[in-house]
Amino acid sequence: MGRKLLLDKVGIVGIRSYDVYRKNGGYSSVEKVLKTMSPDDVTNEVKKSGLRGRGGAGFPTGMKWGFLAKPEGVPRYLVCNADESEPGTFKDRYLMEHIPHLLIEGLIVSSYAVGSNRTYIYIRGEFGWIVDILEQAIAEAKNNGWLGKNILGSGFDCEVYVHPGAGAYICGEETALLESLEGKRGNPRIKPPFPAVKGLYGCPTVVNNVETLSTVVPIINMGGDEYAKYGTGKSTGTKLISACGNINKPGVYEIEMNISVEEFIYSDEYCGGIANGKRLKACVPGGSSVPVLPAYLLLKTAKGETRMMTYESLSDGGFQTGSMLGSGGFIVYDEDQCIVRNTYSFSRFYRHESCGQCSPCREGTFWMEKILWNLEHGKGKMKDIDLLWSVQGNIEGNTICPLGDAAAWPVAAAIRHFRDEFEWHVTHPEEAQRRNYGLAGYAEPLKAGV
Amino acid sequence: MIQFSEEKLKQVEKIIARYPEGKQKSALLPVLHLAQQEFGGWLSPETMDYVASLLGLLTIEVYEVATFYSMYNLKPVGKYVFEVCQTGPCITRGSDDIIKYIGERLGIKPGETTPDGLFTLKTAECLGACGYAPMMQMGKGYKEHLTKEKVDEIIEECRRSAAINN
Repeated sequence: MGRKLLLDKVGIVGIRSYDVYRKNGGYSSVEKVLKTMSPDDVTNEVKKSGLRGRGGAGFPTGMKWGFLAKPEGVPRYLVCNADESEPGTFKDRYLMEHIPHLLIEGLIVSSYAVGSNRTYIYIRGEFGWIVDILEQAIAEAKNNGWLGKNILGSGFDCEVYVHPGAGAYICGEETALLESLEGKRGNPRIKPPFPAVKGLYGCPTVVNNVETLSTVVPIINMGGDEYAKYGTGKSTGTKLISACGNINKPGVYEIEMNISVEEFIYSDEYCGGIANGKRLKACVPGGSSVPVLPAYLLLKTAKGETRMMTYESLSDGGFQTGSMLGSGGFIVYDEDQCIVRNTYSFSRFYRHESCGQCSPCREGTFWMEKILWNLEHGKGKMKDIDLLWSVQGNIEGNTICPLGDAAAWPVAAAIRHFRDEFEWHVTHPEEAQRRNYGLAGYAEPLKAGV
Repeated sequence: MIQFSEEKLKQVEKIIARYPEGKQKSALLPVLHLAQQEFGGWLSPETMDYVASLLGLLTIEVYEVATFYSMYNLKPVGKYVFEVCQTGPCITRGSDDIIKYIGERLGIKPGETTPDGLFTLKTAECLGACGYAPMMQMGKGYKEHLTKEKVDEIIEECRRSAAINN
C-alpha cells in the first residue's frame, strides 16, 4: 500500500464530525503554529516541503506566499479555490465531503502564515450540499475555539466564510474567482498586477486550491523536510488523482508521486485495469485541458523510459510527446472511444465556458466546436482538419487568461496524435456514424491486463 | 410586489455580514441563489430589481451577473430540474443514452419543460462527478451512476412527492 498523508484517516467512522477528527489528532497543526511558530516559520516549512499548487499549474506554494505584498494597515486575504470544474477532476469535492475539517485546519494555519483575518472558500455553486458540510465544520471549529478572536490566546483572529459561485468554469481562474467573489461577472483580470499585490478588494491576496491548503496540515505536523522525502525529484509528497473513464475502479486515489502510470492504471490498489476486458487506447492524465496521449506514449516516454505519475515525467517530451499532471483529473479511454467525438465534447465545453472577453477565445472556441461537430457527424472535409489546427494555434497565447490555451491544447494534441482518425471520419463519413475507428496503431505496447 | 419574508431578510443580513463593510456587492451571488429558491425557481426581471434594491446596486449590475452564470434560470422552469452532464468523461460512460432516455420518458427535448410544469430537462457541462458518471444535478444534490432503471425510479419518486404536496 502506498503511503497516505491526506486520506489516511478517511476510513475512520465519523471523521466528518469535529469530535472524531479531533480525537484522531485533528487541529494539532494549529496548536503547533500558534504556540511555537511565527508566520514566516510556517511559510518556510511550506517552502522546504517543495509543495506545488495542486489546482493544476503546479506553482510552488511557499514561493507564492512569499510574493505576498505586506503594506502597513492594509488587510490581506487568503481565498481557497474550491471551484473544481475541470472535466475529469473531482478530488477536492472528495476531500471536502469526507474530511472537511482537514481543509478548515489547513485554512487556519495558512491564514496565520499569510496574515489573513477573513478567509473565503469560493466553492462552485453546484456543490450545494458540500456548502452545508463546510458550514457545519466551520461552526464546530468556531465553537471549539479554533476560529474567531484571539485563537488559543495567540492574538491571531480568523474567520472563515463559504462563498458559493453560480456555475462558471472560468471562476476557477484566480482573478476571475476574485471578480466573482466581489459580486461581478467572472471576467479574468489583466496581470500584472498579480493578486499577491492587488487581489480581493484591491488588497494583497493568496488564492490556493483545496488540496494544496489541506496538504499544509501534514507538512506542519511532520515538518517540511520530512514531507519532501515523499515522492521523487521536484514532485514531492502525495497527490490526489481522480480517475474516471473506462476503468474498473473509478474514484479518488492518493498516490505517492513515485509510482508508474502503468501501475496506477493496472494495479488493483488504484484503477484496477481497463473495464470490460477492453484495451487501453488513450488517456488525458491531468484534466481536460492537458494533451491527450495515445497508450504507447502514456506508459513509456518517447525515450522509452517508464512514464511516472510525477510533474516531470508526465510532461517529459513537452507537448510533442508528453502531457501534464495538471489537476490530477485522469481520464482513461478504451478502444471503443472516439477521439473526434471526445475532442468535440471538450470544445463544446470550452465554448460554453469562455467568458467572452477576448476575441480569439470567444470566436475560436465557437469555430472549433462547429468544425468538430461537422467532422464528428460525417460532414467534414479534409481541409477542415488544417483549419482546426490553424484556429487552435491562433487562440493559444493570445488571451488574457489560460482558458484559451486550455481550449486549444486538447484539440492540438488530438490532431497531433490521432490525425488518421480525423481523416477516417472525412473519408468514411457514413461508417464513422455507425462504428468507432478502434485502436488502430494506438494500442498499448504491452499485453492487455498486465 | 415581491418581498423576502422576515426570516429570509435576516438570512440576507447574515450573508452581507460575511464581507467587509461597504463590500456588500459581494453578497450578490448568494442572495440571487436565495431569491431564485424563494421566487419560483427562476429570476424574473422583477426579482432581479428587488435584489438590486436590497443590496443598493444598479439593476444593470444584477442583470449582468444573472446572465453570466449558468445556475441562474432566466425563464420559468419545472418543479424538478434535471441537469444531465454531457461532457467527455460522462460520454465515456453513456451519458448520451441517458439524456436521450430521459427525453423520451418525459416527452421533451433538452431545454424544455413538461406541459404539466413538473419537469425541466437541461444538459450541463462538467459537474465534477466524472468518477460517478453518468450523472445529473437535481436541486441541491447529485444523482449519480445513472441507469435507465434509476432514471425511472427518480421520475416516479418526483411524481409521487409532487402528488403528495399538491
